[in-house]
Amino acid sequence: MTTQTLVHVANPELAARWRRATEEPAWVRWTLIGVALTFLALFLVLPLAVVLYGAFEQGLQVWWAAINEPDALAAIRLSLMVVLIVVPINLVFGVAAAWAIAKFEFRGKPILISLIDMPFAISPVVVGLIFVILFGSQGWLGPWLAAHDLRIIFAVPGIVIVIAFGTLPFIARELIPLMQQQGKEEEEASLTLGASGWKTFWYVTLPNIKWGLIYGVILCNARALGEFGAVAVVSGRIRGETNTMPLHIEVLYNEYMFTAAFAVSSLLTGLALVTIAVKSFIEWLDERQRPAGDSH
Amino acid sequence: MDANPDANARDHFEVNMSTATRKRRVIPGFGLTMGFSLLYLGFIFLIPVGGLLLYTSMMSWEDFWRAVSHPQVVASYKLSFSASLIGASINLVFGALVAWVLVRYSFPGKKVVDALVDLPFALPTAVAGIALVTLYASTGWVGQYLTIFGIKVAYTQLGVVVALTYIGLPFVVRTVQPVLEDLEAEREEASASLGASRFTTVRRVILPSLLPALLTGYALAFARAVGEYGSVVFISGNMPYRTEITPLLIVAKAEQYDYPGAAAIGTVMLIAAFLLLLLINGLQWWTQRRGL
Amino acid sequence: MKNILKNTLAGALATLIAGSALAADINLLNVSYDPTRELYREYNAAFSKYWQAETGQSVNVRQSHGGSGSQARAVIDGLDADVVTLALAYDVDALRQHADLIPENWQSRLANNSSPYTSTIVLLVRKGNPKNIKDWDDLVRDDVEVITPNPKTSGGARWNYLAAWGYALKQNGGDEEKAYEFVRKLFANVPVLDPGARGATNTFVQRGLGDVFIAWENEAYLSVEQLGKGEFEIVVPSVSILAEPPVTVVDKNVDRKGTREVAEAYLQYLYSEEAQRIAARNYYRPSNPEIAREFADKFVDVELFRIDDVFGGWEKAQNDHFNDGGKFDSILESLTKR
Repeated sequence: MTTQTLVHVANPELAARWRRATEEPAWVRWTLIGVALTFLALFLVLPLAVVLYGAFEQGLQVWWAAINEPDALAAIRLSLMVVLIVVPINLVFGVAAAWAIAKFEFRGKPILISLIDMPFAISPVVVGLIFVILFGSQGWLGPWLAAHDLRIIFAVPGIVIVIAFGTLPFIARELIPLMQQQGKEEEEASLTLGASGWKTFWYVTLPNIKWGLIYGVILCNARALGEFGAVAVVSGRIRGETNTMPLHIEVLYNEYMFTAAFAVSSLLTGLALVTIAVKSFIEWLDERQRPAGDSH
Repeated sequence: MDANPDANARDHFEVNMSTATRKRRVIPGFGLTMGFSLLYLGFIFLIPVGGLLLYTSMMSWEDFWRAVSHPQVVASYKLSFSASLIGASINLVFGALVAWVLVRYSFPGKKVVDALVDLPFALPTAVAGIALVTLYASTGWVGQYLTIFGIKVAYTQLGVVVALTYIGLPFVVRTVQPVLEDLEAEREEASASLGASRFTTVRRVILPSLLPALLTGYALAFARAVGEYGSVVFISGNMPYRTEITPLLIVAKAEQYDYPGAAAIGTVMLIAAFLLLLLINGLQWWTQRRGL
Repeated sequence: MKNILKNTLAGALATLIAGSALAADINLLNVSYDPTRELYREYNAAFSKYWQAETGQSVNVRQSHGGSGSQARAVIDGLDADVVTLALAYDVDALRQHADLIPENWQSRLANNSSPYTSTIVLLVRKGNPKNIKDWDDLVRDDVEVITPNPKTSGGARWNYLAAWGYALKQNGGDEEKAYEFVRKLFANVPVLDPGARGATNTFVQRGLGDVFIAWENEAYLSVEQLGKGEFEIVVPSVSILAEPPVTVVDKNVDRKGTREVAEAYLQYLYSEEAQRIAARNYYRPSNPEIAREFADKFVDVELFRIDDVFGGWEKAQNDHFNDGGKFDSILESLTKR
């Protein structure tokens, strides 16, 4: 920034050449924006439009009736409960894993990172199958669980586990590169000045990784709400009990209740995007607190 | 991921050399964080996946081979992997572009667009599939215009690509975005002041810094696409040998009470995905080592 | 801050748990397949009323719906069903074969092969029948596109396949080769194979794909009367299969839970006049001949054959046609080599 200002002041002609070299011409800029927005329109906005159109086609009242219905409410409750359990656990895991990977050197780091990535790569269908093989009554742990009257699959714990599995990487994956890039000097300084480990984490590391953390939570939350394939296998689809929101949507769709299906979808999308509103709000608070002139 | 790895790496190196022994004791919590990470990873991930591998290993080699090498299954691998590859490549190009546009330029509605990028994660895959087929069927909002040009999307392999592009879209954008935000302007300015054209600066300075993030995003988008089921079945038409993806075959096997067959194909996909991720993470580690 | 968070969380959890507790003397779980949702919604209310009047106990019947095969699988893997009401005997029999949940004689425990209501396979065409489809023969014409789900993943679709096969056998005096060729030609006309029956209905109805949709009679009626009023017509073929969706108590589960008495009553009551009328209203053919006569205008008299007579039962049919390496696999393979 400073060099540029200097050049600006010194020589207007040079400044123009400078802009040419560090920025694209306006037509390139607008073409790129145009292409990017067209792509997003085709792949993001239109599908969303289909959902919203389907949801509100018959008016707000029909939309509300689809939401305010016992089975739908039960599905919403279940989905929110699962998120309330899964996101905090994956948050703790993400921070711990990122701390271990970013602040220390050890053998086999790429393998550990690849393992953390793996849940992204496993088909939800296979995830469901895995837990059925483990916990199903024909599975390895099934008879033992049955003998102790414990229910994992076809009950809430199973749903929580498969969703935790599927969303495990999000927060860790967001934090690892960030913390690797930030290095460990600040923490070391804090620690040498006598602060405790927790204090250092709380006052030095956490503010630094705040955005990555929020970002990871947003993604994890969205995915946890939307997970379908694996949950479908282990939920048992008991109406009003083990149907999560995506399963309830499928039920409605298969009952030919298209408006209701899209209505619940629109609510689900809304819930997933709530976290983004929260992020914007924090951003706004953050900007207000900062002294003027501090860019970034 | 480091914006200025050359200088930083050297600094780190020297500091580490001189104070290595002291350093190790300064930052606490390795045991705690590593312990918890491994414990959690173990319970949620390693034990279940190990269970699958063990389950598969109890099959005889002939049974395993018969399950995974049937022509119908092989045809589905070809489709699943090639469509995922194409989808991830589309996302690589357009994802990088979207990230660039979102970070570098300003235009009305930018915040909204930024928020929408995560949509494919939030929308249940089945809903996404229904929405996509509503759009791209030959009677759909977009499909009816494409039909004029003789392009059929729904119920063809192209439909599979569209669905797989959709569900992998956020990965590249979201991995490139933070790196682009952190890229220091000084390096571009330095390049410019040395007389490099904008194109050269983008190619020689910016692109290499983005490479690790691009690779990560590509790998994740690809990996996610290979396993996708919910959205694809609505738009692909599911014709065996032509538009049938591998996860659908796993479902079909399980549906016929053939768990070993399903587990065998699942294992093949699992191993392929792991090798791929290992390759990409290794590549990234290697590019960082080389000091790009 | 932390306390507020804790309290909110605790509060939320408390509501969640309280919300899922159900206040009924007895809870039953009926694991069923997709198209019976409407039927059992009505029937469960009727049964609860009946049982309350009979014993003074309140019964809450919980429902689970999905593809017939995956529902059977869930019960095998531990879903706590008191009764199952599935699309085909093969899926119910799997509960015995794979998990020993029911005795061998399960199908003879209730009247009519344990199928309180039946159905058959009919052809659904677009308004005015533009392709002039009259019988199974028209489905193998070159200018006709047929929609049917995949028999490998959909139990309902297996009935479709067997209906066509049985018709061809009858036409050709039992010649298996000719029947194979007939069904092969039929599947050559199939542009899309949805994994489930309801997905296939949506492909035909919502997406406008195909000229004819092979469907269960009850599903066809639902499409005609509710999905697209006036847009579709039902064509009843000259010969079809008697589709018997069987029901059974899951013995191991009801004995453990102590719900055998009410579970058996629940299935028995399906044969009552009230329930038979509910079934008929939901477009299933009642097994009680008197009730069937009441609804005679709805259900066209058609020559129906049984799977046991033509295919030697489900297990044999499954082995010959649908298992890996069976005739359906061979049809698919031959179609790609065209």
